[in-house]
Amino acid sequence: MKRESLWMSTIAFGGLLAFWELSIELGQWDEQVLPSPLEVLKSLWELTENGTLLRHSVASLFRVTAGFYLAVLFGIPLGIFIGRVRKARLLLNPLIQFLRPISPLAWIPLAMLWFGIGDAPAVFLIFLSSFFPLVVSTSVAVSSINPIYFQVAANFDFSRWEVISKIIIPAILPDVITALRISVSVAWLVVVAAEMIAVQSGLGYLILDSRNALRMDYVMVGMIMIGLIGLFLDMMMRRLSYTEASAWARHH
Amino acid sequence: MSQIEIQHLYKSYRNRRHHRRGPNDYDPGEEIPVLEDVNLCVENGEMVCILGPSGCGKSTLLRMVAGFDRQTSGEILIDGQPVTGPTSDNIFVFQQSGLLPWMTVWQNVELGLRRLTDQAEKTERIQEAISLVDLEGAETLYPHQLSGGMKRRAELARALVVNPKILIMDEPFTGLDFFTHLRMREEVVNMHEFIRKTTLIVTHDIDDALLMGDRIVVMSGRPSHVKLEKVLDFPHPRNLAKHPELNSLREEIFFMLGVSDAV
Repeated sequence: MKRESLWMSTIAFGGLLAFWELSIELGQWDEQVLPSPLEVLKSLWELTENGTLLRHSVASLFRVTAGFYLAVLFGIPLGIFIGRVRKARLLLNPLIQFLRPISPLAWIPLAMLWFGIGDAPAVFLIFLSSFFPLVVSTSVAVSSINPIYFQVAANFDFSRWEVISKIIIPAILPDVITALRISVSVAWLVVVAAEMIAVQSGLGYLILDSRNALRMDYVMVGMIMIGLIGLFLDMMMRRLSYTEASAWARHH
Repeated sequence: MSQIEIQHLYKSYRNRRHHRRGPNDYDPGEEIPVLEDVNLCVENGEMVCILGPSGCGKSTLLRMVAGFDRQTSGEILIDGQPVTGPTSDNIFVFQQSGLLPWMTVWQNVELGLRRLTDQAEKTERIQEAISLVDLEGAETLYPHQLSGGMKRRAELARALVVNPKILIMDEPFTGLDFFTHLRMREEVVNMHEFIRKTTLIVTHDIDDALLMGDRIVVMSGRPSHVKLEKVLDFPHPRNLAKHPELNSLREEIFFMLGVSDAV
C-alpha cells in the first residue's frame, strides 16, 4: 500500500516535470516568462548554497510558529470556555461567526497601521488565520462531548480542574488535532501573502523581490520551497493524530 | 430507618416541544407530570428491581437518587440525609458505557481512588475489584477493545472499588447479547450475595427482576407511582419453573403492565 502510493506520487511528479519540459520545447517560451526545470534546479542550488533559501525559510517558519502558537494559546482555552458556558456561547458566537469569514489578508492595511513594519503584522495575520478556526472547532468539540462523561465526573467528585484535565482535554484532543492540522496549512498559506507586504525576509518576500528583478527562476524556487515545507508541516501534524492519546477516537 | 427513603416524590418537567403531537399530547410549555407521589424504602444490603412501562420515569427516579436530577417536591433521604447532588457514596452505572474511552480499564477503575495516597492499598483495591468482576488480564485495554459484557464489568469494577453505600444500575443488561445477558445477570447476583451492597436496578425485563431482586417494585405508566411492591424471599439460584409463586407473580405483572408473553 505504502509502496504503491510512493510509486503513484513519483509518477505524478514525473508527469508534471515532463509536461513542464515539453511545453518549453514545443511552446518556444521566453526564458524570462517560463524558465526550464533544469534552470530552476540550478537556481535552487545557487540559492541553497549561498544560504538565501535557508534564511528566508527560517524567517517564514518563525512567523508561522509564533502566530500559530499564539492562536493555540488563546484560541483553545477560549474555545473550551465557549463550548462549556452557554451564556458565553450565546454572547461570543455571533461575533466569531462574523469575524471568521473576513480573510486575514483584508486585515493587512490595519495590521500595518497598528504594528508597523516587521514581524509583528505578519505574526498578527497568521494569528488571525488560525485563531478563529481553532476557537470554532474547539468549542464544537467541547459541546459535543457525551454528557455521560460529565455525570461520571460529578459522580466521582471531580474538581473543576479535573473536569478540564481528565474529561474535556482528552475528549476534544482528536478533534483539536485535526483542527490544528487544517489551521497550520492555512497559516502557511497566509504567511507568504503577509510577507509580500510588510517585511524584508521570508519566502513571500523572496518571491516578490525576484519578480521585481524579473527572475522567474527564483520565483519558482520560492514556490517549490513553499510546497515542500507545507508538505512537511502536514506530515508532522498528521503524525500527531496517530499518537496514543487520540487512538480511541478512531473507534468511535 | 431504611437506607433509602423516598417520600411523596413528585417530578414534572416543562414540555419543550413547540407543537402538539396528536390530541393527547401536552401543550408547549405545559408541565408534564412524570412521577406522582412515589413512596419507596430500601433496606441496607437489599437489591431492589424496579419495573415499569417505558417512559414511566424509572430512570428519572434513579437519576434523582443519584443526585443528577432534582425532584419537584417530596424527599429522598439516604441514611436520613437528603440528597443534594452526586457523590461517590452512590455510584451510578450507566446504561450505555460510561467508561472514559481515553483511559484504560485500570485507569477507569482508578478514578474513584485517585486521591488515595497509599499506593500499595490503591493497587490492591483496584486488583481486587478487577478480579471480582473477572476482568484480570484486561487492565491495560481501552474500552473500545472490550466486548459489551466486558465494558459492563469494567464499569461495575469502577463502581465497586470506591466501596459505595449504594449501587444504582440503569438497565445494566440492555444491549448485551442473550448469553452475555444471562451470564452477567448470574454474576451480578453472585456478587450481590457476596458483598451485600444496597442496589437499585431499573430494568424492563420482568425475568431479570424476578430472578435477581430481593424485592420487586412495579411502577405505573406516566404519571408514575408504585403500583406493586413485593418481597421475593426465594434463595438463589432461582428458577421460574421451580417456583410456581414466581411464575404466577410474573403473570400478574404482565397483566398489570397490559401486555402478555403468550402469543
